[in-house]
Amino acid sequence: MWGWLLRRLGQIIPTLLILSVLIFALQQLMPGDPAIIMAGEERGDPQVLAEIRAELMLDRPLWEQYGAWLWRLLHGDLGFSWRIRQPVGELILEKLPVTLQLGLMAFVIAVVIGVPAGIVSAAYRDRPADWAANGIALAGISTPNFWLGIMMILLFSVNLGWLPPSGYVPLTEDWRQSLATTIMPAFVLGGGIAGVFMRHTRAAMIGALGQDYVRTARAKGLPERVVIGRHALRNALIPVVTLGTIELGRLLAGAVLTEQIFSIPGFGKLIVDAVFNRDYPVVQGVVVVTALIFVTLSLIGDLLYMAINPRLRVA
Amino acid sequence: MSASALEVRDLAVTFATERGPLRVLDGISFSLPAGRTVALVGESGCGKSVASLAVMGLLPPSAKVAGTIRLEGREIAELPPEERRRIRGAEMAMIFQEPMTSLNPAFTAGEQVAEALRLHQGLDRARAHAAAVAMLEAVRIPEAARRARQYPHQLSGGMRQRVMIAMALACRPRVLIADEPTTALDVTVQAQILALLDELRGGTGTAVLLITHDLGVVADHADEVVVMYAGRVAESGPAAQVLAMPQHPYTVGLLGAAPRLDGPRGTRLATVEGTVPDLANPPEGCRFKTRCPFRIAVCDTVPALREIAPGHRAACHRAPLDQILEAA
Repeated sequence: MWGWLLRRLGQIIPTLLILSVLIFALQQLMPGDPAIIMAGEERGDPQVLAEIRAELMLDRPLWEQYGAWLWRLLHGDLGFSWRIRQPVGELILEKLPVTLQLGLMAFVIAVVIGVPAGIVSAAYRDRPADWAANGIALAGISTPNFWLGIMMILLFSVNLGWLPPSGYVPLTEDWRQSLATTIMPAFVLGGGIAGVFMRHTRAAMIGALGQDYVRTARAKGLPERVVIGRHALRNALIPVVTLGTIELGRLLAGAVLTEQIFSIPGFGKLIVDAVFNRDYPVVQGVVVVTALIFVTLSLIGDLLYMAINPRLRVA
Repeated sequence: MSASALEVRDLAVTFATERGPLRVLDGISFSLPAGRTVALVGESGCGKSVASLAVMGLLPPSAKVAGTIRLEGREIAELPPEERRRIRGAEMAMIFQEPMTSLNPAFTAGEQVAEALRLHQGLDRARAHAAAVAMLEAVRIPEAARRARQYPHQLSGGMRQRVMIAMALACRPRVLIADEPTTALDVTVQAQILALLDELRGGTGTAVLLITHDLGVVADHADEVVVMYAGRVAESGPAAQVLAMPQHPYTVGLLGAAPRLDGPRGTRLATVEGTVPDLANPPEGCRFKTRCPFRIAVCDTVPALREIAPGHRAACHRAPLDQILEAA
């Protein structure tokens, strides 16, 4: 178990190195001269341009730029945004809690709706409850986020006046207001994913319910809720956990459209602004942090896997 | 005469299919005396497994079950599903052909045995676990306490079938249905498992319904045998008598198809010619007539199950077959 964990952690290092090269290369492929863009008003002054180039090491060979960037990265230094005139690390720390809160809320909504709906749907396969769950899931998956967002704002903010239409209040400031500002975007994000969860859970449950061990459980006289909720679900959850880590990773990478509609200052907005402004250090920083989140989640996913699937537990 | 642990009368099962109702079992009757083993024999698709699942109440809702099923004199076929469930695992239990897939891979052997005890006998976690370990010992699993904490994938096939048996017998059921319990196992393990079943049956008085297609197993382990063909009983009676003097041409064919070590060397295995009829479109009258070497005109009518010798019945117009077989 511990040996496995060490090996698994060891695999992360090359993964992160390859990622760092990709992230670094990606920004080299972006068109335009970042020095000119960053100089802004002073773009005509060769002195300023040279200073920026020297500061960004744009006048040095690529491998040297990469080496210096990686070295600083390892020390937690994500660089400095010339555009916003703030260290990238600070910027990310500002936005990360917003995205974390929104992403986790959306994830919880997706799981709480999607997984039980999938179980019910599988247990009542080809009956009205199944059709209803499938119909709602399809609607959830195929409804565009921006449309659902706008409709929710119209209904809950404009017509009913229950929730603020946009903006964000941090949890630490006022948790009620914070939840009020994030519940709609979280529902918009989580609703579609709930549909995906429902369909995967349904498929996995139908597979599990057809297994011999489910017949054994019934032969033992177990009530159907135990047969479904314990014997079948435990095995059906394995593929759903994989899906969960992927979907959570995507949520935590930021939600561009939804953040835009609800004016939520999260990761999505940060990276879009940075790309448009060719604010390289910010783009790199956001991508690095996102990659780290993904790698961590996949590790957590693997650990969860072992917890629910004893066949994977190697001595 | 010993009391019947299980009495099945005129059991019929019909499946609703897209092409209309399909009657896969037609008037099956047999009785299972306490502490005895009755073998249910026949080819794949003859309805053996459907009969056992019908008795357990485990058929899908699309199956219509008719007839009477009496468990220690009590009619259970008409009971509501919730009451049938309470009987399963407590008063009647079942083990299956595939020990590899019949255990849940996500739970330990001990947990799976303990589950039935907690459910039916209301034992708490610790007591159920202790009882489960004792049960694993009873089915001769070495180091039972350690094995109880292991998962199915860490156990051998024979060990898994022992766990299944421990699980089935944990609540001391009156009836155990063993559906081809050794088909998926090595020959040496088969013998051990069957000997274990005999031993446990002797100790607890549990009646065993042994479903098999292996006549060698019938000869060694069954007191009575019921031979099924295409959803009907072809022949039934004391195992020794049926095997020595079969009174249905199908049983004769099955015995001819069984390999024998004491036969002359180089003898080709006899087979039962032809194939099992399509149940959606069964032949009129005797269902075996399309494959029967002794067929005559009267075989176009359905033969009744007649007593040929005391306790020995056959559904054949031409029974007793003794003279016909001697002539052949």
